Amino acid sequence: MCLAIPGKIQSIELRYNNTVRMAKVSFGGVIKEASLEMLPVAQVGDYVLVHVGVAISKVNEDEAKKVFEYLKEAGEIDELYEENSNF
Amino acid sequence: MKYMTEYRDAKLVHAFLEKIQKIVTKKWTLMEVCGGQTHSLVKYGILDLLPKEITIVHGPGCPVCVTPQSLINAAIEMAFLPNTILCSYGDMLRVPGSKMSLLEAKARGANIRVLYSPLEAVDIAKQNPDKQVIFFAVGFETTAPANALSVLHAQRSNLNNYSILTAHVLVPPAISAIMDDPMTKVNGFLAAGHVCTIMGNSEYYPLVEKYKIPIVITGFEPVDLIQGIYMTLLQLEQGIYKVENQYARIVKEEGNPEAKKVIETVFDISDRNWRGIGIIPMSGYAVREEFAQFDAMKKFNLIENDSENQQECIAGEILKGIKKPKDCTHFGKSCTPINPLGAPMVSTEGACAAYYNFSTI
Repeated sequence: MCLAIPGKIQSIELRYNNTVRMAKVSFGGVIKEASLEMLPVAQVGDYVLVHVGVAISKVNEDEAKKVFEYLKEAGEIDELYEENSNF
Repeated sequence: MKYMTEYRDAKLVHAFLEKIQKIVTKKWTLMEVCGGQTHSLVKYGILDLLPKEITIVHGPGCPVCVTPQSLINAAIEMAFLPNTILCSYGDMLRVPGSKMSLLEAKARGANIRVLYSPLEAVDIAKQNPDKQVIFFAVGFETTAPANALSVLHAQRSNLNNYSILTAHVLVPPAISAIMDDPMTKVNGFLAAGHVCTIMGNSEYYPLVEKYKIPIVITGFEPVDLIQGIYMTLLQLEQGIYKVENQYARIVKEEGNPEAKKVIETVFDISDRNWRGIGIIPMSGYAVREEFAQFDAMKKFNLIENDSENQQECIAGEILKGIKKPKDCTHFGKSCTPINPLGAPMVSTEGACAAYYNFSTI
């Protein structure tokens, strides 16, 4: 029920008498619309988390890499980090 | 997909599993309070991989499962009113009411539509000015902003044919109810990542202090879950308890201020009846008085009656983590996803359905 999926903002347009910013968001190539009313700073190219048609968070790209860096420091996943570092 | 598939890497999961195996010296019971996490934990076989000392129990984290039958009955009653369209998330349709489910009501001619977003329900109301459109607004804190936003959109468009039937529940009061139960065995919690995306971390600090338990805000992919379990176990083994955030790529300390503002505009905090648990004080949202015209219960003068839930179903003990699905004598026999006795078997995110579909334990 709380399922929310990260996708990339492709374009933004104003709707409802210019009161609402609506984005077209690509989820691995599948495009759906999402309201940006709760993410006033979101821009084209950002990855956002979308839940029931509303974007609720912008992905923090530095934090997203930390799990790989953390295990790399522990010397546990050298080759894995290389595989994932270019995502 | 970026920010998703890389967190499903089996090698990374095994790296964390090794770390878990190295630190565990005692038996511990952890609970997640999110149906999405329950589903992932069972589907990806994480429960089978953990050391035998570790038990994961599944809390009341599926809003579909904890919606009382009385509200489902009210939704069905509304769906049969003339010139009415009842809109709902798909998850709610198969949940049995006292006499039938919404799906059976639809088969009998009620105008029921399954939607992806509550904002679509507002569009339906605009397109059907001669009909009353009601949205069955179920969910935890994650879904509350979108449901509240639909009310603000309807108000902005001067719609007088849109209303919501709220069945909103909150996670922190449920954690308190579980910890206050003398039967509880829970030593630490994985908090629901998407609930905290909205609300932030602040509500969990008092719980950690009061109950002296670790709470780790955790994501939904296998690597997230195994890392969240590792972080919780590390605290337990070190004898410390604090709020930690495993899901920092999404969850910010303050949550989403815009979303919280929308919730506070439309909703008040109120007591809620949880299916299988009973009334938990101040554990849900109700539509504020100033938005009463958008509150379906008030608009249609319906009363939430106290229809009793299935006696033979042990949903209450399962939702509190006192029992596991396979402790129930009906599990997989007289109770299956095709013919569920209680809600945890209905929704795919319910603990019983997750075990029935995926578990080999």
